[in-house]
Amino acid sequence: MPQRILLGDEAVALGAVHAGISTAYAYPGTPSTEILEYLLDHHERQGGPHAAWCANEKTAYEEALGTCFAGRRSIVCMKHVGLNVAADPFVNSALVSMHGGLVVAVADDPGMHSSQNEQDSRWYADFARVPCLEPATQQEAYDMTREAYDVSERFGVPVMLRLVTRLSHSRTNVIVGEPRGENELHKAPKADTWVLLPGNARRQWSSLVARQKDILAWSEASRWNLLNLRPGRRLGVITTGIARNYYRENARAMKDEPSHLHIGTYPIPEAQVRALAAHCDEILVLEDGYPYVERMMRGLLPQKLRIMGRMSGELPPTGELSPEIVRAALGLPALPVLDLDGMLLPNRPPQLCQGCPHGHSYSSLKEALEGMNATMVTADIGCYTLGALPPYSSIESCVCMGASIGMAKGAAEAGFENVVAVIGDGTFLHSGTASLADAAAADTPMTVLILDNQATAMTGVQDPLIASSRLQAIVLGLGVKPEHFIIVDAHPRKVHETAEVLKREILHRGLSVVIAVRECKQATRKHARIPEAVAS
Amino acid sequence: MKYDIVLCGVGGQGVLSMAALIGRAAVVEGLNAKQSEVHGMAQRGGAVQAHLRLSDEVIESDLIPRGAADLVLSLEPVEALRYVSWLCPTGTLVSSANALVNIPNYPDTEGILARIRALPHSCVIEAERLADEAGDLLAVNTVMVGAASRLLPMKHESLEHSVHQTFSRKGERVLHVNLAAFASGRKAFQ
Repeated sequence: MPQRILLGDEAVALGAVHAGISTAYAYPGTPSTEILEYLLDHHERQGGPHAAWCANEKTAYEEALGTCFAGRRSIVCMKHVGLNVAADPFVNSALVSMHGGLVVAVADDPGMHSSQNEQDSRWYADFARVPCLEPATQQEAYDMTREAYDVSERFGVPVMLRLVTRLSHSRTNVIVGEPRGENELHKAPKADTWVLLPGNARRQWSSLVARQKDILAWSEASRWNLLNLRPGRRLGVITTGIARNYYRENARAMKDEPSHLHIGTYPIPEAQVRALAAHCDEILVLEDGYPYVERMMRGLLPQKLRIMGRMSGELPPTGELSPEIVRAALGLPALPVLDLDGMLLPNRPPQLCQGCPHGHSYSSLKEALEGMNATMVTADIGCYTLGALPPYSSIESCVCMGASIGMAKGAAEAGFENVVAVIGDGTFLHSGTASLADAAAADTPMTVLILDNQATAMTGVQDPLIASSRLQAIVLGLGVKPEHFIIVDAHPRKVHETAEVLKREILHRGLSVVIAVRECKQATRKHARIPEAVAS
Repeated sequence: MKYDIVLCGVGGQGVLSMAALIGRAAVVEGLNAKQSEVHGMAQRGGAVQAHLRLSDEVIESDLIPRGAADLVLSLEPVEALRYVSWLCPTGTLVSSANALVNIPNYPDTEGILARIRALPHSCVIEAERLADEAGDLLAVNTVMVGAASRLLPMKHESLEHSVHQTFSRKGERVLHVNLAAFASGRKAFQ
């Protein structure tokens, strides 16, 4: 059997190719980005399947859904918070009768390495009433992705594949199988199963709820759930996803290995949880993410069984799991470690690249705001969020993709006088245009500063969907007044000039948009094809 | 046999390139390998680490437990000390001597190097000087892999083969520089 060395993300991508997908869509977001990166590369080398970055996760999801509407298989990939953006099509697509398989690969980021929260996507799968598979290894990532398509077509629903950072970004050997061909193009056997008018939607919803027992039966019987009951053990351990790796890493050091249930599929295989519970007095639940299984097990009513986990303090209530945390929860002594006798090391937070042109944009903004009263700077998600840190310390908010513009509008309308929204070109296209339409309609006294670096840089420099030259037409098309629309060059020699422009526009009692243009340095390097011989 | 390596440095220095060189050699030798990497935000000039686990048995955790690493291999001295608690009592720390100062409160470099040298098993490599002498400052990570080759549980020929595989497509000069960098790093390890 052929083997490949693959990241968890890449194993998902190859699994999807071998499951016969026709299309793949995504918006970049750590830790999910490498799935589509792999598929783009695969497309370039092998001519298929179709793969494309999209404006945001919602458009990506809907494009994937269209492929399934045409009877073929598709994958859509995003980070956990991307699913918030795509929640509308995700939840609703559970109600149509899917005849081409759809896999939603969502990479959660427990511990928030590169994210603004650590939400657990398993709750979303539950909310939409769709099956979810959670791989523990790169091999499972490959195998489960393939299987997820069969599950999707069998039950007529989208299937979630839940990943976490440490699996997405870890590479090892994966054994791959024979590729399957694509589905034939075909419309849904019954057209009205895709038209969610209330009358149809009620029928489809009832049908989805009625299918839950079949979906549960599938999960109960799945080979991805492993129950190992050991005689005479008080303690049982439940693991999900990669928590199993940390458990196994430590379990061999235990004198009496506990009984163990590993959960790889959802809905939670209830019968196996009950079988474990009947066998133990206490159960430790290890899951990387929210206490999802733990909370379901606790329920609302008191019970004899003692359940341990994040909610009862055996594990930290937040953050990602690690071998050490699991070791402690199993009651094993910590391994001896060398220490530095209290020597303190300085933190080294990430920062804008040396000579980043938009560091100059922040210098201009700081200069423009100097001496002004009632200032407020909202910002957004991307490299430029690092403008919150010294030496810039220029921005005051970062909440979700596109929030800068809407929040600036609300703050201005609440009474702040000198309000600036800072947003990158990628984020603006992702979800800034609708709020700019709101601000243009109201001519809100605020200034939108678009930092146009012509790339989605933080996630590894993906090319922009639209060229800078077309941003102008979009901004003016939304109704921004041409006399308050200015394009400046984010060049170090133009810092003062740009500061003057910004000052004038911030003082203008209506909406202004300033675009500071200069390409990301990493993108310039990439486009010049300078070999990155020894750079990571 | 198991051998756990924490590789570290600053985003952009080439931590993942070091991991890739060692990982390729491990595959040639038929070892199982798992390599956990940091992508995303930290790669922008922040502290970056990778965990590379080698074994002839099944490797469970993608992360090396604290107190279990056989080697910390660092491109930067402060970053080297940051991961000392990953070392097992018999583990070795190998660090480049060259500080990368991109923070205002960077400590006294000599003090940092002295602390590294005071560890039970450590080695400081003049990586930039050796890379420069080999012909290219960019080859510091190959120098460091050369230094580590004294400790790694694989033949140094496998590592050299890995250098060949990695750099031959980048032209003869680049390959030559990196082979020289590997050899000088190997020689410098004491």
